[in-house]
Amino acid sequence: MQRPFLIWCAICACALSMAAQEIDLRAPSNATAGKDIPISTSGHGSATFYLVGPSRALKRTIQLGQEITISGNDVTVSGLYQAIACGSTCAHTTFQVTPSAPARLSFFLHPSRVPVSSGSAINATAFVFDRFHNTVLKPAKVDYRVSLPDGPTMTRIGQTTRGITWFEMGSTPKQGRLEIIASIGETAEPRIIQQVASDACGLRMTATPAGRYVKLETSAIRDCAGNPLADGTIVSFTKTDDAGRSTIDTPIKKDKATAQFELNGRARLSVACGVALGNELEAGGRP
Amino acid sequence: MKIVFALLIIIATAVLLGAGWVEAGGMKLRAERSAATPEEAVHALMADIQAHNWDHAYALLDHANDLQQADFVHEVGGTDGSLRTYSSLQTFEIWPVHIEADRATIRVRMNWSSAVGSLDEVRDLSVVRDGNAWRVVWPKPNFPNVPLQVLPINYLRWDVIGRRADDWGAGSVDTPQVRIISMNAVERPTGIVILGEVENEDTVPAYLNVSATLLKPDGSQLAQQDTFDAIAHSLLPKQVSPYRVDFPGYRLQDVKSVRMDARPLLVPASADPVIAIENQNITKDALGRSILKGSLVNQSGQIVNIAQVLGAFYDSSGKVIWVSDGYVDQALMPQGPVPFALDIPPDVAARVHSYHVVVNHYTAPSA
Repeated sequence: MQRPFLIWCAICACALSMAAQEIDLRAPSNATAGKDIPISTSGHGSATFYLVGPSRALKRTIQLGQEITISGNDVTVSGLYQAIACGSTCAHTTFQVTPSAPARLSFFLHPSRVPVSSGSAINATAFVFDRFHNTVLKPAKVDYRVSLPDGPTMTRIGQTTRGITWFEMGSTPKQGRLEIIASIGETAEPRIIQQVASDACGLRMTATPAGRYVKLETSAIRDCAGNPLADGTIVSFTKTDDAGRSTIDTPIKKDKATAQFELNGRARLSVACGVALGNELEAGGRP
Repeated sequence: MKIVFALLIIIATAVLLGAGWVEAGGMKLRAERSAATPEEAVHALMADIQAHNWDHAYALLDHANDLQQADFVHEVGGTDGSLRTYSSLQTFEIWPVHIEADRATIRVRMNWSSAVGSLDEVRDLSVVRDGNAWRVVWPKPNFPNVPLQVLPINYLRWDVIGRRADDWGAGSVDTPQVRIISMNAVERPTGIVILGEVENEDTVPAYLNVSATLLKPDGSQLAQQDTFDAIAHSLLPKQVSPYRVDFPGYRLQDVKSVRMDARPLLVPASADPVIAIENQNITKDALGRSILKGSLVNQSGQIVNIAQVLGAFYDSSGKVIWVSDGYVDQALMPQGPVPFALDIPPDVAARVHSYHVVVNHYTAPSA
């Protein structure tokens, strides 16, 4: 009675052991994001297959002994994946999914406005991604085409390090738009920087009496490199007389700023724009 | 019997009506509207203004100066979307300045509750005897009489287009570059006040908010506040605005340092209207307080509904020692001067060497 039972137990143990050994998964050590991945299995019968990745997991029933194909749509995110098959026992394997070919660029050009003649003021940084937004860690070459206002077009090449490439440059003495196009393969990302005039230089105004008023008008307001200051820049006119002080903050329109004061006796007139002070004038009116 | 019953009902009704009238403040109102003394005349006028009872208020005035009711109502009740149109007279105090047999001067301090807080106004009113009653001589408002004309305006404005907030690295425009050019922490009886000036150094307009954080000796945060309305939030390129941050109830001895933060935003803006600030002078008002007064002249063609004046006051070394702000409750009509006044604390007034005034404005969108 005892011997047949022991034999039966041994047979069961052997069967279970054989079954446990039968499940095996083999995946390629490196796979590419977005491409189908074959995983071979061994064993008999059906099992439940799990795929666990950085951003998703899937579950399906498989037949052991057949090759499983993981659709490229299920492995679009690069990173470490774990494949698990569970029948009577479980087996697993891991594989790395690497980014596919460079297909996208994120291009930062900073700042979007920069005063003229500022050294190393412009920073261009490009991030290279594949078509699934995975950062391409392999070195890749990014072409930069720099177009200066009324000037030559320059090109330079940047090689990515862990998906990033950057360079710095100074702004030119002439204001206007500066375009930089970063490209890789068929992808090109244009960005524009406005090079703007610096502080006012040699600010001067003239006064024209007009009845009981005096009209003040600046000459064209430019920076020291001759660039006209942007329209809308505030210019402050001040009149000081016996009645007190009067001020008008007025924007530059078409390179000039104008203001009008009422005169009641002698007055001292001055003008300023930001940190730049202009000339002073004396004007007299009816007391 | 029926007649007696009817009479009883009539008497009871009259008694109840009388009780209701007394309960509703009728005695007080009657006393306020009587004008047996100069103070009572002003009191009655103020009560009518408070109740927006313009007809009765106008009836209480002396009409020798040919004051029109419409002008009186426009001045007191406001017009053209001015701040006064959003205000009501909350309280008033009156006291005599000078009284003669048939003429008196009564000073009244009016406290208006408005959309931007309470506003004080002090007036000296002339009161004249008219028979047994006294009547207030309300000065004829001097509304600007601008001749009909066509004013060419070169409209300058900035728009922000092509916003794409959801694309990282798909291109963006930097926020405006602003700089806090001065900061001073002063202790006042009510608490700590952080004040200074900030400049838009960029070539585009900025919508700006400045906040201050008080730090304890161990570096932890004690309190944080922002400027609220004590700043010109919209700054055009190269424009400088004073700012003030109030920390009521705090003491400088508890503060190790102050962290300042200016947060600019890129916004559409217009360079108009241009507002001249004329005849600025530090002087004393009727109550003996130091004020900076002057007048605003809207040099553009559109009505400015609400104007706020901000002033930075410097000592002889050029340091900002106070920032004051005040609203103008009249609308700024094109080309017409409107007076303003800013309070200066007495201890600050003694040290003021110069000042810088800017105007913040609100214009209702036109239909």
